[in-house]
Amino acid sequence: MAEIAYWEAIRRAHDEEMANDKMVIAMGEDIGVAGGTYKATAGLYEKYGEQRIIDTPISENSYTGIGIGASMAGMRPIIEIMSINFALLALDTLINAAAKIRYMSGGQISCPIVMRTPGGTAHQLAAQHSARLARMFMSTSGLRVVTPRGPLDAYGMLKSAVRCNDPVIIIEHEQMYNIKEDIPEEEFFRPLEGAEIVREGSDVTLIGYNFSVHLCLQAALRLEADGISAEVLDLRSLKPLDRESIRKSVEKTHRVVIAEEDEAPVGVGAEIIATVNEECFYALDSQPVRVHAADVPVPYNHTLEKAAIPDVDDVYQGALKALGKI
Amino acid sequence: MNDADKKRLLREMIFYRRFEDRTFEAYMERKIGGFLHLYSGQEAVATGVLEKAVVGQGEKNDYVITGYRDHIHAIKTGAQPREVMAELFGKETGSSRGRGGSMHIFDASQNFMGGYALVGQPFPLAAGLAMAAKHKGTDQIAICFLGDGANNQGTFHETMNMAKIWNLPVLFVCENNGYAIGTHINRSTAEPDQYKRVAAYKMEASQHDGMDIEIVMEAAEKAIDFVRSGKGPYFIEFMTYRFRGHSMSDAKGYRSREEEAEWEKRDPIKIFSKHLIDAGTVSEKEIKTWEKEIDEDMENNIIKFAEESPEPKVEDLHKYVLDDNPDPRWIGPLQKN
Repeated sequence: MAEIAYWEAIRRAHDEEMANDKMVIAMGEDIGVAGGTYKATAGLYEKYGEQRIIDTPISENSYTGIGIGASMAGMRPIIEIMSINFALLALDTLINAAAKIRYMSGGQISCPIVMRTPGGTAHQLAAQHSARLARMFMSTSGLRVVTPRGPLDAYGMLKSAVRCNDPVIIIEHEQMYNIKEDIPEEEFFRPLEGAEIVREGSDVTLIGYNFSVHLCLQAALRLEADGISAEVLDLRSLKPLDRESIRKSVEKTHRVVIAEEDEAPVGVGAEIIATVNEECFYALDSQPVRVHAADVPVPYNHTLEKAAIPDVDDVYQGALKALGKI
Repeated sequence: MNDADKKRLLREMIFYRRFEDRTFEAYMERKIGGFLHLYSGQEAVATGVLEKAVVGQGEKNDYVITGYRDHIHAIKTGAQPREVMAELFGKETGSSRGRGGSMHIFDASQNFMGGYALVGQPFPLAAGLAMAAKHKGTDQIAICFLGDGANNQGTFHETMNMAKIWNLPVLFVCENNGYAIGTHINRSTAEPDQYKRVAAYKMEASQHDGMDIEIVMEAAEKAIDFVRSGKGPYFIEFMTYRFRGHSMSDAKGYRSREEEAEWEKRDPIKIFSKHLIDAGTVSEKEIKTWEKEIDEDMENNIIKFAEESPEPKVEDLHKYVLDDNPDPRWIGPLQKN
């Protein structure tokens, strides 16, 4: 085992997959000569050259489309979008093409692209650099959407995503790139599907994904100090969703909080609560609780931003509400 | 080109016209649903360009991609006409198993990489196909057919730029039929000469008559040689006209009957027929015989196959969304601890 940061885990996965298969390439803004905004491809331009680590112009829709076209002819492009906000520019090629080509062609042509992009708030980046948008990709047929919470999944899920034959969106997070974790030094893979219990508990289930898993884990520590046993479930994959793991946990604890960093309307939390209702409504002892961002464009001002985005205390309070303590 | 090939090409164009006319009839009989965009009038472009490309040879083919007016491009690339017709009829035997329809003909076995309804979308997909061919070290090229209307999409400019800076083996074929759906090019586009627009990306480009297949072939051959020899992308514009409306519900109120009559004098089938008859290569009687053979083939083979083929099964509704046989090592389930 070796301690490794989230960005280093991504870099290692790129390096190994590119060494393994010459059809694997990476494309994106500043990923080559500049080494990548979050260093996810640092040193790889020197190792693999400009034909495989491709610095693109600031043309998200078309360079994504070029990656998709290349994937239709057997390549395995890892497409980096510098911020999920910019992924909005690539929605035509991503959603109208990559997500539909397999179906429209009657299964003849696959689009095995990986799109990596950080989606989340950081520190006063304001409205056009703070989008989360997981809910939008989650609602699109033909895509896989995964949210690695730490280096183990960041490495293992990227490797699986490269080898998987479907288009995979990997949503990372600006605040997670320096998270560290011990991971095995030998090669391994982490599956793209399946939620994971990252902390066992019996009184309430806290469901998170991406950065909100960390909010749930910290809230669980505070609850423990109050004598409350919280289970934390990391969804890992938003599409497809692991409905069975959600059901099992709620049937065990009978109370559920879903923590999402995004705004609530038509969001991940709404889908999780609908899932709970459909799968195990009668197991509930209290109404489900959504912890979510305020329904506003993310403000620049530090105090307003803090008020808009859920934090550990919000998850903690949400759990108390689910437990009927407030 | 020898006389036999010239005769074959004329017969192909007559077949393409009849194929599209027959889809129109089937549409009126409600055998075909959705939208239907016909290629009548523009046949010389796809037929002439693809005659000079590698087509009909399966996986050795060049990659071909286009918009939603795609039936003839698919057939000339190598798709079976009866499978294209079955696709229009929504049948399981269709080229896209009935999941795509008229606008989304695919035949991966012939490197026909699809018809797309988003007019500017094939630009980057074509560049990507070219990137893959270059990366694999084959001498295949990608050929992207789109109308003039597509050139007002952002993907046009973004892709021309990247195709040039990365020196990709891609031929962009602009079929300039003068109308973006129902808006004349002079009202939609500041520079009506489309080939001039790629000068900003330092791309080789030229403009030609798209109604005379011999002119099309000569120009296409040079452009394809240029691209295949590794000199980079090429943009070729053909001036043409669609004889029917944009789609089926188009009363063509945006253009005059006089304009249509002028272009119909330049019908690519009439031009090529006259040329071959005048040269003594083919007789009118021979053409009449072909027309009869084509009609018989259309009814007894193509339409019959489409009519009699089965519908897709409802229990297969969810097939083809994602990989139907994924490798559990990458997909899961996650080992529970």
